[in-house]
Amino acid sequence: MTKLVIVESKYKIPLALPKIGAAGKTGLWRLERPVVDTSKCTRCFQCEIYCPANVIRVDKEKGAMINYDYCKGCGICANVCPAKAITMVKEGE
Amino acid sequence: MVLKVLTGNYAVAEAVKLARVDVVAAYPITPQTSIVEKLAEYIESGELEAKMIRVESEHSALAAVFGAAIAGARAFTATSSQGLLYMHEWVHWVSRARIPVVMAIVTRAIGTPWNIWPDHADFLDQRDTGWIMSFAMDNQEVLDLTIQAFKISEDPRVYLPVMIGLEGFILGHTSMPVDVPDPDKVAEWLGPRRQPYVIDGSKPWALGSLAWPEETEEMFMDIQKAMEESKKVIVEVDEEYGRLFGRKYGGLIACHRCSDAKYHIVSMGAWSGDIIESIELLRNEGYPVGLIRIRYVRPFPDKEIYGIVSNSRAVIVFDRAISYGSMGPLYMDLVAGLTKYTRKLPYMRNIIAGIGGVNITYQDFYKLIKETIDSLEKGVEPPVFTWYHRRG
Amino acid sequence: MSHLPQAMRNTILPGEAACPGCPIPMALKVVGAAFNNKLVMVVPACCTSIVIGAYPGSAFNWSTVHVAFASAAAVASGIAEALEKRGIKDVQVVAWAGDGGTADIGMASLSGAAERNHNIIYIMYDNEAYMNTGIQRSSSTPKGAWTTTTPIMGKIEHKKDVARIMIAHGVPYVATASIAYPHDFYAKLKKAASIRGFKFIQLHSPCPVGWRFDPSLTVKVARLAIETGLWVLYEYYDGRLRLSGPSRPYLDKAKRKPVIEYLKLQGRFRKITDELVREIEKYVDELWEWIKKHM
Repeated sequence: MTKLVIVESKYKIPLALPKIGAAGKTGLWRLERPVVDTSKCTRCFQCEIYCPANVIRVDKEKGAMINYDYCKGCGICANVCPAKAITMVKEGE
Repeated sequence: MVLKVLTGNYAVAEAVKLARVDVVAAYPITPQTSIVEKLAEYIESGELEAKMIRVESEHSALAAVFGAAIAGARAFTATSSQGLLYMHEWVHWVSRARIPVVMAIVTRAIGTPWNIWPDHADFLDQRDTGWIMSFAMDNQEVLDLTIQAFKISEDPRVYLPVMIGLEGFILGHTSMPVDVPDPDKVAEWLGPRRQPYVIDGSKPWALGSLAWPEETEEMFMDIQKAMEESKKVIVEVDEEYGRLFGRKYGGLIACHRCSDAKYHIVSMGAWSGDIIESIELLRNEGYPVGLIRIRYVRPFPDKEIYGIVSNSRAVIVFDRAISYGSMGPLYMDLVAGLTKYTRKLPYMRNIIAGIGGVNITYQDFYKLIKETIDSLEKGVEPPVFTWYHRRG
Repeated sequence: MSHLPQAMRNTILPGEAACPGCPIPMALKVVGAAFNNKLVMVVPACCTSIVIGAYPGSAFNWSTVHVAFASAAAVASGIAEALEKRGIKDVQVVAWAGDGGTADIGMASLSGAAERNHNIIYIMYDNEAYMNTGIQRSSSTPKGAWTTTTPIMGKIEHKKDVARIMIAHGVPYVATASIAYPHDFYAKLKKAASIRGFKFIQLHSPCPVGWRFDPSLTVKVARLAIETGLWVLYEYYDGRLRLSGPSRPYLDKAKRKPVIEYLKLQGRFRKITDELVREIEKYVDELWEWIKKHM
């Protein structure tokens, strides 16, 4: 096997690195936002698993918590929640 | 140092073996096929410890080579004509990714109609892609250029892929004596593979994501910069190789009696040998003519050629390809390049010949060059653009 | 598998470019989780090329390479060979491509890589059209679906069955999956990773924009595909088909929901005729006959 040495280039190369908000503040896209009723939330993790934006974190104490900076308001979390603990509310209300 | 009788194709395979390539993508196409056949023998016998990917198309051949290269392997493939055109999309992709890769092109005319004989159309069709492009005159040079390609491509001042051209059948299938350097010395000289990044799970790089216009242009401007810097590296590599292995060619161009010539011929490829023969005949008759042979067409040696032809009475450029609707590619590159250095050009003639594999001999060159010079000496300029065709 | 959400946390970074309700990042969370981000992902032209975000940022926390449209499988082959030569054994090589890039333009390189049995996992995420270019018909579009290139007549042909084509190639592992069943998908990814050779997973991925349904319904639509028997979850290895848990009930035709329940949620089937619905029901019956025959 030919030995390999990575020598970084002075030239501009099309390489990107992980970054939150790689497509900007996607929370601005929202027309509706999900609101969690913590008292109904059973901490089942369905919303966290299915959220395409990966912005939900279920906490044992606080229940499902949503990062509204990046939540796009798709409503999947409300749709899959078995306890009907999430409601979609129009932005601005 | 071992003298072997090798065809051009086997010289490529030998060089790939000396370079200790890790991954070879193989797809057959006339007149390249014996390269991958020989490499398969080397790999299956254990002479070359490499993986061979027997791909299902040339498009996949360069794609697989790209994959292997970005993942840290020294990777190689070879093709011709239709195969090269099929992988054309990947030719661009690889250079713009700035990943070192080496490829051999055994040149062959392009269809329609089917034609297996050599010209330069397939090779020169790649000249806009950002690959460094070299072209051989004989099988010794094929071997030397191929080995050097790895050194140049993997140099951080370059980080561009390199393709080596050799004419199908004339060099590809013709046996010539080739001095093969010592494998250990070559391996030591080439050293470890260097590349600017590696995509192998070690770091979460994303290669090739969408880039906005300004970012993209900056990346592409850097390709042009690397091309300019590579001239220096090519000359350095030629010199080092000369010191270590006893053969030096002169860098981007090779000169035959051009320093004291008043008339200059510019050519590329195997027929340069025939041109040299015709020059010897003409010299014996008193014609002050010399040959500038292009070894690297990208980066184009415009400055180097300017240095020789600035006081030339006339320059004849023989092209074995044509850009339909315009002129020969070498001619166009040369004339354009010269305008960077001067407003006054000597009389420059473009002769297209040998397209579709028509065999052009030293007698043809002798006739064409003599005619041109005789005419000019009488004060009559021959047509600037001529397509020299003959039958039989 | 209560650790699945935990494993998903640092996979896809928030702020990626997918449409709201898109199944792609939903599925990629599972892929990242299954391999703990130790993978090289090969992405040809498809929605994912854009979902990842623009240079110099990336929403994926793993090595990714963008490649020309037809070549996901070919590049993955090259990477797999290089990593093997370098002795790197703990990194999965994953080709992640849409249905267009797999079943149409990518068919040749897919077949080549499968035939050569390279050690890669090829995941075809199937949103049943060329979505990235604005919803054009692919060979994977189901019969009757509206697309911009079948705007009046709807797709005329039935869906090309790529999973079956892969079975016919004799590769060590073929599976179908759905974004509605992430644990099933996760298990299949793990199973694939444990086998040497070419593994293929076709992942059903309903697209709200292209199929014309509200973005909140992505999971519901995907579930209905299983519940109507139209999409079957299975694995094929060691010469036999194994029906996956979520699809088992639907061996019994009586348990399958009427296909119209699935079709009526999607605007792309708005103009569908009764005749075509019957044809689709027949298609489902035939599909299950084939399933039973190979179990």
